[in-house]
Amino acid sequence: MSEKIFFNFTVTADSHKLEPYRERGGYKALETALKTLQPIDVEKEVMASGLRGRGGAGFPTGSKWSFVNKKAPVVYLCCNADEGEPGTFKDRWIFEYNSHQLIEGMLLAAYALNVRNAFIYIRGEFDLSFRRLMEAMGEAYNAGYIGENILGSGFSCDIRVMQGGGAYVCGEESSLYTSIEGFKGYPRNKPPFPAIQGLYNAPTVVNNVETLANVPWIINNGAKAFTAMGTEKHPGTKIFCVSGHVKKPGLYELPLGYPLKQLIYENCGGILNDKQLKAVIPGGSSSPILPAKDVETANLDAECLGTFRTMLGSGGVIVIAEGVCMVRLLQVLSRFYAHESCGQCTPCREGTAWMNDIISRIVAGKGVKGDMESLERITKGIMGNTVCALGDAAAMPVINIITKFREEFDYYIEHGRSMNDGRLEI
Amino acid sequence: MSCIEDKFAKLRADYPKELNSSLVMPFLRIMLDEKKHLGESDAVFIASYLDLPPMQVKEALTWYTMFYRQPMGQHVIKVCRNIACSLMGAERIIDHLSQKLGIKPGETTPDGRFTLLLVECLASCGTAPAMQIDDTYHEQLTEAKIDQILKGLSQ
Repeated sequence: MSEKIFFNFTVTADSHKLEPYRERGGYKALETALKTLQPIDVEKEVMASGLRGRGGAGFPTGSKWSFVNKKAPVVYLCCNADEGEPGTFKDRWIFEYNSHQLIEGMLLAAYALNVRNAFIYIRGEFDLSFRRLMEAMGEAYNAGYIGENILGSGFSCDIRVMQGGGAYVCGEESSLYTSIEGFKGYPRNKPPFPAIQGLYNAPTVVNNVETLANVPWIINNGAKAFTAMGTEKHPGTKIFCVSGHVKKPGLYELPLGYPLKQLIYENCGGILNDKQLKAVIPGGSSSPILPAKDVETANLDAECLGTFRTMLGSGGVIVIAEGVCMVRLLQVLSRFYAHESCGQCTPCREGTAWMNDIISRIVAGKGVKGDMESLERITKGIMGNTVCALGDAAAMPVINIITKFREEFDYYIEHGRSMNDGRLEI
Repeated sequence: MSCIEDKFAKLRADYPKELNSSLVMPFLRIMLDEKKHLGESDAVFIASYLDLPPMQVKEALTWYTMFYRQPMGQHVIKVCRNIACSLMGAERIIDHLSQKLGIKPGETTPDGRFTLLLVECLASCGTAPAMQIDDTYHEQLTEAKIDQILKGLSQ
């Protein structure tokens, strides 16, 4: 049994409140840091832990922090809680059951980065998550953990919560702080990177909820204990969100590098109705799909999944059983990306709509010869040609699914109907 | 407007001057909660209250999908149609809701009680299929469960 950073307590009606959190050792890391550590010590510990971003890109958190000039007049911290990657539902759990762990992590990050004003940008749809977070914020303010002169240390930090407006792209860091600035959430070109010029043109760090919520544990237990879990290059645990055709979907906190097959067949009890496995999308809908044969040997860490040319992403593992129509499945994804393209860059705005039109035409039984080549050409036109990663995220599932399941598309175009009765549910 | 302005003033007091522009999203939300749908005049009102260019607020209003710009039913039903829900029967759920309410997605019932919307991932993938009615999530949906929920709302 590996140690747990998140699922290490029993959820009760009150377990999300401040007192139970303190009884579990909550806010001890903050007290230790404010009383005995310099900001640079916190950064060094996080750097030594090898913690990598849990939101999707997997960038080393300590490095991200080290790029920031802490002597700048203003430095901002934004917590990315715009959990929108299809297949991902871990941040919701953290908000609903342990908001204080995130708040403590944010305060530690704010201390390390010399941040006076921090933001949590939470998905506009979230209801219970938002209420639980606001309740925890109130408790933390009253207890003197947030605000002026925290615990008498002289360090002050305010956290403000902002609700999103239902835009997937606002999970992209520059779009997120553009939205916090009160604009439509168009992503910005990089460079300048947010560490140099982000929110209100000040140095800014944007970290995912799960990433920040790891920090108190690292300060309490030390970087060494963290690196003892997971793999050498991808240490720690990760909350995996398993959805789709498994017997026991849900959240599983496991050390990074955990075998995907074991997750599906042991932790999740195998495939629904004991069907055969067809494919797995390992890291949220934007990550390239793994056919069943690759699932045999894939481990859940960035390096191993990289050898299969896919990504760990946000940890959203979507399991697809034999019998599912991949053409219609791709239509669900292409419709999503066409809907969520923000409209700023032509290749993405037009390309996602064209891809969705072509795939929808195939689904309607009106596919024509040359459609597959058109799709390939459009994905090439999008990838690498847009301001943010949404374009790539939209193109990758298309090029991957049409390549790996080509025969289903050819059959659909030739016969005007699905090889698998157009089934999505099994 | 006075109730809205009270809320505006209260929140504004929490924001230092340099973060003034960050009040656009929260203000749009406050306004939406009060008025149920928003129009250009609301954006102009917020802009003048915050002393920001009206175009900035108008753009925000029209860009985010959650800021409704047409009247909605008394209850807004948002059904997830994304990948995990689709794999667990979202289409069946949508058809059932459509049939029960007698409207197509995007429409409002003639009595103005329900609007049916299809939305993208609600982050309920492990408990799919899922929908949200007003603010409340309903998960692991079945036809029977939907009938019960609708019955509860009709009373």
